[in-house]
Amino acid sequence: MHTPEETLEEILNLAAAHFKVPRQKLTPDDDFFKTLGIDSLQALDLLTRLENHFHVELPDYELQGVSDFRTLAGRIQARL
Amino acid sequence: MNQFHGQSLSWEVKDGVVELALHREPCNEIGSLTLEELEKFAAALKGMAEGAHALIIYSNMKPGFCAGADLRELYHRSQQMDRTAAAAGVREYLERIHRVMNTIDASPLTTIAAVHGVTFGGGFELALVCDLIVADKMARFCFPELRLGLIPGFGGIPRLKRDLGNAVVRDLLLTGRSFNATKAQSVGLVSQVVGEGESLRVARATAAQLKKFDRNTAIAAKQFIKPIPYDELKREIDLFCHLFAQPAVEAGLKKFVESTDAQPYLP
Repeated sequence: MHTPEETLEEILNLAAAHFKVPRQKLTPDDDFFKTLGIDSLQALDLLTRLENHFHVELPDYELQGVSDFRTLAGRIQARL
Repeated sequence: MNQFHGQSLSWEVKDGVVELALHREPCNEIGSLTLEELEKFAAALKGMAEGAHALIIYSNMKPGFCAGADLRELYHRSQQMDRTAAAAGVREYLERIHRVMNTIDASPLTTIAAVHGVTFGGGFELALVCDLIVADKMARFCFPELRLGLIPGFGGIPRLKRDLGNAVVRDLLLTGRSFNATKAQSVGLVSQVVGEGESLRVARATAAQLKKFDRNTAIAAKQFIKPIPYDELKREIDLFCHLFAQPAVEAGLKKFVESTDAQPYLP
């Protein structure tokens, strides 16, 4: 079972690795669209990677209005 | 015509397998040009089927298999016409794409969609005409049409209903949410989930396996198990055209077209 902190940390690590951004540049309250420089299509790609990584199903409407890593981690944690 | 290289798609026949590659920027949106080339493909398919046993449809575009209808073209074209002419134009477009989809659906070839990434709307419907779907684990399937005040118009609902339980169809249709490949496999939509970048290779391996079987038996088996829901497909066109005439659609299309996001796929 992941703790909320572990979930958040894994999301940050996964996003940094996939979008080739130095991990130290990412903080939990960053707007991931801006920090990662991604559009909605790449956000869907991130969603799929996170679903595959955590083995959860996260309907895209649950991400409506979510743009920071901390809230995203909360949504995933709620389904673990 | 066993080989063709167009602006939106290409095809060739190799070792008894017809391979149709989609390659229109940014994600194979189906507009008038793609439709014309799909019609050429459908016309050539009967001849190619005589010397082949399988068809693979795949995308060369990185974002995915196909993002569906070209909504920007649909919006701009409909803006240039009065309502009656726009409605007639949409019906003609749908009838043309249905003829293509029905031809592929009824083909004696065993058909495989090798999908990755965005497989949305009309792209999802194109995959649904195939007998098998091989999905990259990064594939996502979605019917986003309700966000625009529409229903899927390329035959998606009757074909999804043919393959899956009605509850899953309602989930996809009424929530507009997307399914990843694992979820799609769990509900019976996807035949195989494979690693990133592997869907075409696995589709080719599957096509090679199919070659071992007697063609006439394979054709008989397909015809027995995969009826084409022609009546429902016609009713889908009627319902789509009815909805297209409603004011909500113009507003939905306008919002999509004017979005500052390059590809506004999130709801």
